[in-house]
Amino acid sequence: MKLKSIVLAAAVAAAFASPAAFAQAKEQFFPVLSYRTGPYAPNGVPFANGYVDYLKLVNARDGGINGVKISFEECETGYATDKGVECYERLKGKGPTGATAFHPLSTGITFALTDKSFSDHIPIITTGYGRADSVDGQVFAWNFPLGGTYWDAADMLVQHVGKLEGGLDKLKGKKIALVYHDSPYGKEPIALLETRAKMHGFQLLLLPVTHPGVEQKATWLQVRQQRPDYVFLWGWGVMNSTAIKEAVATGYPREKMYGVWWSGAEPDVTPAGDGAKGYNALVFLAPAGQGQVHKDLIKYVYDKGQGTGKKDEIGEVLYNRGLAAAMLTVEAVRKAQVNYGKKPLTGEQVRWGLENLSLDDAAIKKLGFTGFMVPLSTSCVNHAGEAQARIETWDGKKWSVQPGVLHADNTILKPMIRSSAEKYASEKKITKRDCAKEAG
Amino acid sequence: MSKHWPVVALGVALLVGLALPLATGAAPPGFYIEVLLGGLMSGVLYSLVALGFALIFKASGVFNFAQGAMVLFAALSVARIAEHVPLWLAIVLATVIMTALAWVIERFVLRPLVNQEGVALLMATLGVTYFLDGFGQTVWGSDIYKIDLGIAKEPVLILDKVFQGGILVNKEDFVAAAVAAGLVAGLTLFFQKTATGRALRAVADDHQAAQSIGIPLNRIWVIIWSVAGFVALVAGVIWGSQLGVQFSLSQVALKALPVVILGGFTSIAGAIVGGLIIGVGEKMAEVFLGPVLVKAFDLAGGGIENWFAYVLALLFLLVRPEGLFGEKHIDRV
Amino acid sequence: MLYRENGQFKSTYASDQQMLPILQDRVLMAALLAFAFLVVPAVTSEYVFLSLLIPFLILTLAAIGLNLLVGYCGQISIGHAAFMAVGAYAAYNLVLRVPQLNFLVVLVLAGLIAALAGALFGIPSLRIKGLYLAVATLAAQFFMDWLFARVKWFTNYAHSGSVSTAPIQLFGWTVESPAEKYLFLLSLLVVFTLLAKNLVRGHIGREWMAMRDMDVAAEVIGIRPVYAKLTAFAVSAFYCGVAGALWGFVYLGSWEPLAFNLSLSLNLLFMIIIGGMGSLLGSFFGAAFIVALPILLDQVPLWLGVPIPTATASHLASMIFGALIVFFLIVEPLGLARLWAIGKEKLRLWPFPH
Repeated sequence: MKLKSIVLAAAVAAAFASPAAFAQAKEQFFPVLSYRTGPYAPNGVPFANGYVDYLKLVNARDGGINGVKISFEECETGYATDKGVECYERLKGKGPTGATAFHPLSTGITFALTDKSFSDHIPIITTGYGRADSVDGQVFAWNFPLGGTYWDAADMLVQHVGKLEGGLDKLKGKKIALVYHDSPYGKEPIALLETRAKMHGFQLLLLPVTHPGVEQKATWLQVRQQRPDYVFLWGWGVMNSTAIKEAVATGYPREKMYGVWWSGAEPDVTPAGDGAKGYNALVFLAPAGQGQVHKDLIKYVYDKGQGTGKKDEIGEVLYNRGLAAAMLTVEAVRKAQVNYGKKPLTGEQVRWGLENLSLDDAAIKKLGFTGFMVPLSTSCVNHAGEAQARIETWDGKKWSVQPGVLHADNTILKPMIRSSAEKYASEKKITKRDCAKEAG
Repeated sequence: MSKHWPVVALGVALLVGLALPLATGAAPPGFYIEVLLGGLMSGVLYSLVALGFALIFKASGVFNFAQGAMVLFAALSVARIAEHVPLWLAIVLATVIMTALAWVIERFVLRPLVNQEGVALLMATLGVTYFLDGFGQTVWGSDIYKIDLGIAKEPVLILDKVFQGGILVNKEDFVAAAVAAGLVAGLTLFFQKTATGRALRAVADDHQAAQSIGIPLNRIWVIIWSVAGFVALVAGVIWGSQLGVQFSLSQVALKALPVVILGGFTSIAGAIVGGLIIGVGEKMAEVFLGPVLVKAFDLAGGGIENWFAYVLALLFLLVRPEGLFGEKHIDRV
Repeated sequence: MLYRENGQFKSTYASDQQMLPILQDRVLMAALLAFAFLVVPAVTSEYVFLSLLIPFLILTLAAIGLNLLVGYCGQISIGHAAFMAVGAYAAYNLVLRVPQLNFLVVLVLAGLIAALAGALFGIPSLRIKGLYLAVATLAAQFFMDWLFARVKWFTNYAHSGSVSTAPIQLFGWTVESPAEKYLFLLSLLVVFTLLAKNLVRGHIGREWMAMRDMDVAAEVIGIRPVYAKLTAFAVSAFYCGVAGALWGFVYLGSWEPLAFNLSLSLNLLFMIIIGGMGSLLGSFFGAAFIVALPILLDQVPLWLGVPIPTATASHLASMIFGALIVFFLIVEPLGLARLWAIGKEKLRLWPFPH
């Protein structure tokens, strides 16, 4: 009995000691916040696998970033904000120069980490999620929603259904329902959808689904009652497949359902079987499929038994998105090394690289990402680049991407972003950066 | 009559609330019936989980918080084993697994805690929940798995001549209701007609008296936990085929708690009736009351059903503190 | 030998009734406080502050609150994180709408609002008890979850439903660095623990314990159950409200309604069960255990040099947590505080066997 207490006390005391210092080799440390357990694991696992596989590829194929090897460590967040913050605190100081950048993979965690970024000076990359107003790099100096935000996504969907109806003005009197995950992630597009609803006269029906999203019978009964013309799905994890199943059960045509780019992956549609045929979703950055980089992955990583996930899962939508996210981070480091030297870099130096990213088609081809990346260039003022996406439809076996690229309407978005960023800056008493002065 | 007026008043209030959407014309009759059916089907699912609670509490006085985790574990076992063998064999194997689990829980958790008070046992089952969650995911994985009962998922439109727009019904829901009814019938027969069933009822009435006439308590507890495990298996298979089998399934089982407190912890009939009441009440409130509240208070969306079940159960408790069918609790000083 | 009371005579009632009557206890407490206030801020790393000490201090406060209700008054509550949420949102709204208020005043007001909510949700305890009450308290939990997610006024009409706070300003001093946060929380915790200790030793505490032990008999001798139970709920909710406000402002900085969900409630309950119900010291032990355990479970594989995939580590943590709870309940149902008390008893005789 006493021995037990002593052992426990000793263990707790030992935990007070700082974590053991790892071999401080010439390495760039990449923290990986992931969730491989819990209700969001079906979607979290492929993304994390893609991200980690790319880091392994860069080490194996290229010997690191210009000779600087990549070291990484995963931390399980379970999509919970407090665990995410704890993982952040644990990993931010690791490695010779601290963490390179964080991909929180959760809008909730992003909100929490954004406040810390101003004092910790580590970039937070939120490819296609996070705060929609963080495009403004003058207020959100450390957030990078590369590839687009939820306002972009919502805007694109409204434009697309407007096109289907024969013009945005034809949306007047129509009903669009938003079935959304009841979290910052799901609530983020509401601001833009309300603006568009006022502009074009369509009725917006808000139907929140509580975490984890397995109970949607009442939600879809309401959909059946209201009979909206379109349903936009903003779900994650188990909520996506449940939504499609409930749509089948209440007889809502899946062709009228449009999911955001986080509601359009294989784990979301396969559980519903044939019922998911005709379901549409946005796809940005990287669609499903395999290209040059996948061949390299098989050659350098999987054939050597180093693959993180299963070999037949590479090429899925979320896996490719993880690859793209890792690639963008690596390229930012590479770009920053041009300015700061070929050595391990701090988060602040990596931020310079993130603000000066310019990936054109030639660069994408060199990286092996042709077809799986869109040209992207960032700046101090615009931390996201030009968002573009397409619509993909599930045919029962695979996603088929429709032609026609969608862009968000910046005349609507820019003022919204500016006013929201200003509000944040005044609430948190943040001094805005002056991008012109920093560049010149 | 005057003694029962709170119950009667509550019942009347609820019936009025139930009839209101029809009366005010807020819902066309066809849709109203759909919501009612949806509520009844949800209620059936809750009842299946609540049945496990009631069984264990009745026989051993333990409030098994781990019932949800058992549902999940059983469903995971069936889903994963069925990837390699036919479904019926998977169900049989999963039953064996659940029985083994029951034996382990009885031996290592219940027996050492045999005379502790209710809170300690509740906490112990909470510990078992955490353990099962982690263990289930380690062994079977965290992905979404399918249980394919072979029933068509597409709904069928019926009675479209009688009600405008027809009524959409799902074959799966009726199968679920039939299975639940069969299970309850089977359990009732088991308890009334077989010797083991009688022994279980004796233990439920009075542990010490049962022991004194020679009924082996430990073995009875293993049996009851196995039966509850089988009930969890049935619930898991039905829930799983509707919603897909994933970790989040265990959290849905929390919804069964208001069912047991409404129905009474020790009553099987209470679990069924309570489940139906909660299911119907919840869906009705969400679909009809929700939008009213949203408009009245400018709320950011509905989602009332998350707490409505609890409030409903609470209201019942205030008029009948031991639940609808529960046994009156007598305190002795 | 060391822990003898020989020669310590009390000549006044006041000295006999003091909280720490034995001299060695007083010395130990003074040393502990000196260590906590002076030594710890100087030597601890930022990571330990942010992941271990700060959550430990805030959760101890919440655990004390819950212990007052469950351990001292015997009313089970599985939904106490709801009152933490009430405190947090109340504090947020007070700071937002009445910015002139001193933060300490804000804390007290937030606690009072939470106490009101506690008294309200404690009303069912007058009619139902035991496990029925436990499940009924879940109603508070889910209702609050829903309330703060839906009623937009609470989150200042933020579209994301998430609120964020600026660092606390107190008499011109900004509580920003981890060491400053630690000292601020420690001071608050010392004050509140003293308060709780006095409550428990006073007549209200005795009324609570009477209700816990045998409520029918207590009523017979004239203790009003309404008064006792509702004050227990109110005071316990006050503590949890203050703890919730601190959790949001000092630890999280930015939170959404899901931050105060059921798993936090269950964690609080585990803390007092493992620590020891009906013991303030037990709240400290329990909070330390629950805060340290997940971090330990994550770090131990690293120290042993055995790399485990994060998913497995997380599942293992869950399994070990569950197994430990069952283990504690079997081995020592009265919790770590009981182990400590046994230790002290043995220490009084040491080195003699009896």
